[in-house]
Amino acid sequence: MIESFWSKFFRFYVPLIIFVIFLLFPFYWMFNTSLKPMKELYNLKLNPFYVHQPTLENMKTLLFDTIFLRWMYNTFFVAILSTAISLGASLLAAYAIQRLKFKTSGPTGLAIFFGYLIPPTILFIPLATIIFDLRLWDSLWSLVLTYPTFLIPFCTWLLMGYFKSIPKEMEECAMIDGASRLRVFWRIVIPLCLPGIFSAGIFAFTLSWNEFLYALAFISTTESKTVPIGLVTELVRGDVYHWGPLMTGALLASVPVALVYSFFVEHYVAGLTGALKE
Amino acid sequence: MARVILENVSKYFNEVIAVKDFSLEIEDKEFVVFVGPSGCGKTTTLRMIAGLEEITKGNIYIGDRLINRIPAKDRDIAMVFQNYALYPHMTVYQNLAFSLEMRKLSKKEIDERVKEAADLLEISELLHRKPKQLSGGQRQRVAVGRTIVRKPQVFLFDEPLSNLDAKLRVQMRGELKKLHERLSSTIIYVTHDQVEAMTMGDRIVVMKDGLIQQVGKPLDLYFHPINKFVAGFIGSPTMNFIETELIGSENRLFVQADGFRLRIPEERSRNLQNHVGKKITLGIRPQDLSKASAPVEGETIEALVEIIEPIGNEIYLDVKAGRDSLIASVDPKTRVIPHQKILLQANLENIHLFDPDDEKALL
Repeated sequence: MIESFWSKFFRFYVPLIIFVIFLLFPFYWMFNTSLKPMKELYNLKLNPFYVHQPTLENMKTLLFDTIFLRWMYNTFFVAILSTAISLGASLLAAYAIQRLKFKTSGPTGLAIFFGYLIPPTILFIPLATIIFDLRLWDSLWSLVLTYPTFLIPFCTWLLMGYFKSIPKEMEECAMIDGASRLRVFWRIVIPLCLPGIFSAGIFAFTLSWNEFLYALAFISTTESKTVPIGLVTELVRGDVYHWGPLMTGALLASVPVALVYSFFVEHYVAGLTGALKE
Repeated sequence: MARVILENVSKYFNEVIAVKDFSLEIEDKEFVVFVGPSGCGKTTTLRMIAGLEEITKGNIYIGDRLINRIPAKDRDIAMVFQNYALYPHMTVYQNLAFSLEMRKLSKKEIDERVKEAADLLEISELLHRKPKQLSGGQRQRVAVGRTIVRKPQVFLFDEPLSNLDAKLRVQMRGELKKLHERLSSTIIYVTHDQVEAMTMGDRIVVMKDGLIQQVGKPLDLYFHPINKFVAGFIGSPTMNFIETELIGSENRLFVQADGFRLRIPEERSRNLQNHVGKKITLGIRPQDLSKASAPVEGETIEALVEIIEPIGNEIYLDVKAGRDSLIASVDPKTRVIPHQKILLQANLENIHLFDPDDEKALL
């Protein structure tokens, strides 16, 4: 059946446009606010959707009056390290649970999944004690070590589903071909699971990039803060919200995540839908 | 190239017995086929030889080596899987080279061997493609090629043709047989298709419920099945089985069915004296029933035609004789119509008799 233009317009494009506007509005608002001078921000008579006198003042405040770049670096450092640790651990865990049929492999998988369901609000107090005992208080390493507590369960769970979709025969064949279990893992399983590994990695990266609670609880020195904490603690002074620099910071901080997503979006989708398509 | 010896090999999955007391000596360069219905343990046996399943009991030797505890990668065997298990992220060349790389052969030797195998299987022009870009038959060839580059002691095939369409299957069947001649190697081949087993195997092992039923050359199994299961499994269409009673005395014995009686040839009567007056299962192949012109006492069967299935080189007739249904494979020129009465001549030399209790063949 050939749909008429108007039918397609109303059934497809209109909902799509609404959805796009809904999704992009926060970004527009951040962008918009970041370019506004202070007096325009608080002037209720002006049209809020439009910038009358664009300025880079907010950008300047953010970059030179705070140590925003340092926070960016910290966030990158923590996100990349904790993602790497989590991926490494989850790859091995998921493979073991899925392929080495030991007696408790089923319950272990389930337990790991339940681990993901425990909210950080419950965990951060005992974790804080541990961090303190390890003398990692106020250090970025405290975050590098605590983020995997929620990243590993999620990644393991995602990768388990992915490993399941790889035909067992392929591994058996490789073993008969003369490869050891580790070789099989490295040469056959990992290459076939790249989409799954990508999506787990992107997810882990995003989660650690945005993480707030642990970073707030474990870090107090300004130099060691991550972006989400730095912005909120340094640009909200007392009850004064420095909206301009705040929004500029939020916008800049969302750029890396957006880039990661847009570069790997195809792998990401393939990873979530799983399966090797032949 | 080597002999493979299985001694009382058993496999239990927890409580379930998959294979029981499997003993067999496979000669060097022999082509042995394991055949049986699904779940009969044939694939499990193959996987034990391959080292993919642990052996619960018994011993397996390849050559003179006891391999029970030797991991798959060191057994010097190669296997073709049902779904081919080609590595999708590698080209055909890399697929073929993988096992050689694992064995740390030199680049030059790998290249030579891959090209040689590719030539043999006529896949040279596909070497740079990925498995995704191949047809079913081509994938099959690559899977076979992957095993022959290795030059292993034993080749294992796990239902390799079951994913191909009928025509290609017949073609590959011939090619695998030729390949066996060229490589002159030991091959163990698993299938559920009795035609494949009959056409390819030097010897066939018929299995059921984890037990070997009979081991023999294809035609031995066809003409001298040891029990009702083998008789029914080998041959197409399936052998007719009819519950009858053995009557008569001395040298004139008959099997009495509901709608007909057949005379037992004299030389076979002697061994059947103990069964006179008892129930007995008559087995007769469709090919041993032909159209007769005149009734002969004890040799012909009067039947009613129900369904006619022309195959081309023969016609299958589903007929009813008394209460019993039979299939007869008759000459393609035979002219019959449904519901017509027909006289069938039984080839008495080739009838089979089975004990109805233990289903063993009575000679």
